[in-house]
Amino acid sequence: MMRGAALQGDQKILETRGLTLRFGGVEALNGLSFFITPHQIASIIGPNGAGKTTLLNAITGVYPPHTGEIFFRGTLISRLKPFQIAALGINRTFQQAQLFSNMSVLENVMVGMHPRTEAGFLGGVFHPPGERKEEKKIREKAESLLDLFGLLPKADWMPGHLSIAEQKRLEISRAMANEPELLLLDEPVAGLNIRETEALGDLIIRLKERGQTIILVEHNMHLVMEVSDWLIVLHHGSKIGEGRPEEMQKDSRVVEAYLGT
Amino acid sequence: MGKKNKIYLLIYALAIFTLPAILQNNYHLMVLNIAALNIVVVIGLNLLMGYAGQISLGHAAFFGLGAYLSAIFTTTYGFPLWPTMIMAMVFTGIIANAIGIPTLKLEGHYLVMATLGFNVIVYIVMVQLDAVTGGPSGFAGIPRLQIGNFAFDSDRRVYYLLWAVSIVVLFLSLNLIHSRVGRAMAALSHNEIAAKCAGVDTESYKVKIFVISAVLASLAGSLYAHYITFISPGTFSFFYSIQVVTMILVGGMGSLWGSAFGAILLTILPEVLHAVKEYNVLIYGLILMVVLVFFPRGLFPGIAEAFGKRRREVLSDSRKQLALEKRA
Repeated sequence: MMRGAALQGDQKILETRGLTLRFGGVEALNGLSFFITPHQIASIIGPNGAGKTTLLNAITGVYPPHTGEIFFRGTLISRLKPFQIAALGINRTFQQAQLFSNMSVLENVMVGMHPRTEAGFLGGVFHPPGERKEEKKIREKAESLLDLFGLLPKADWMPGHLSIAEQKRLEISRAMANEPELLLLDEPVAGLNIRETEALGDLIIRLKERGQTIILVEHNMHLVMEVSDWLIVLHHGSKIGEGRPEEMQKDSRVVEAYLGT
Repeated sequence: MGKKNKIYLLIYALAIFTLPAILQNNYHLMVLNIAALNIVVVIGLNLLMGYAGQISLGHAAFFGLGAYLSAIFTTTYGFPLWPTMIMAMVFTGIIANAIGIPTLKLEGHYLVMATLGFNVIVYIVMVQLDAVTGGPSGFAGIPRLQIGNFAFDSDRRVYYLLWAVSIVVLFLSLNLIHSRVGRAMAALSHNEIAAKCAGVDTESYKVKIFVISAVLASLAGSLYAHYITFISPGTFSFFYSIQVVTMILVGGMGSLWGSAFGAILLTILPEVLHAVKEYNVLIYGLILMVVLVFFPRGLFPGIAEAFGKRRREVLSDSRKQLALEKRA
């Protein structure tokens, strides 16, 4: 399996080694090893129950792996807590958009900037000039992100009043607020119609053009083939194949089992 | 915290400080003074319940710690008034921290049980340690509140002090929830996993909010002791913990204005209900039931929503959209 020129360590933005995660007797991840290169879109595919979402949960620290390691830019992160991993620059979205429905669209994005800002309890209680300045910066950045994602006119809305497609975009903008080096998208087009899917695909490509590294978990093969630079195919928590999309399309095992005809 | 809140706060403060001019009866002022203290406790607890998604059934104990610590150290040992109150707050904070660290690490409502148990322990200590606390018959002769040579020796004088404290606490808490920390708190109360993945250290925030809410209860307790000048364990029993939680539920969880509203309402209501004598508990319960059935999110948000026309329109729009999506 060649991936262009020989890769040096620093070209692996994320690497997993022998990742295993069990739920009761079920091995959700089974000795999984792979790596991701920067500024590319790597898609994780596989049938339901293959361990795709579990993998994202392991990377973000939601379910720490039982054995194996995860390295992010050479740093071991598999023992860290989710908030520490987010602070290092890995942000994610969820299969079902997990928005904070008790605050406005704008505030949702503002929360995304939490690791990159500093004001603590005292700052919050007394609003000293430094805090006001930071707050202004947070607001402006959130507004510019909403503008980029076409949600600025609805900045004051509550997320529950947005369409599913808008909620998905809002979740991505909240993740982007932290300027993550690695963005994890968990089925971003699930539940969207064809036109919304296309629009979100365009958005993902635009993010990549800005140099964003993305791990995409997605069932929509059309989208996966269109945007991915690299595919990793999972089955029962193990990797059964990886390569460029066009190679994977020809890989008999993968085609048979997961891509259909 | 937004222009609107500042204007509301100004109107609120003006109304509060002109009220004594109308009220001539000292008893009325005393009820309102107690309401001011309840507001401080309830706002602190609402930060925990409404913004950290955790429930404490031990706030009477923190209120009591503030009261007893201040009373014992100023009366028995002659410590100065204000530093002792601060010391009581620090001590209460340390205890809350010790309770919060192990219990808030666990997901779920372990804090409820821990605080409930703590309340019972503190109550028993107050009753049994009579050499220090005066036991069941209470602790008397606590020095009055005083700043320099100015003694707060009438209900009217105390009114201005307690309400100033209560308004400042409301103001600072409103500031807090409209800040980076406030957003993080709101996020973690609503969706802990998403908050964690957005980079919020949810465990540490929960502990800190719990400590803040305990410290506010302690402050209110100290002020109470020096205002009434007599305390007994009964005031700090589990019943008071339930009462403050009820004030939050009636006022509206997560609404600080609702806390002020709920605390005032439920402090005054039992006094008003004295008019119906033996039926007062019945009617009190009935009112609570009606409020919770018809305003499940609390009276204050419920009423605010009924007046918020724009919000309703947005809601109906989204319902239409939902109906369309269902049809599709």
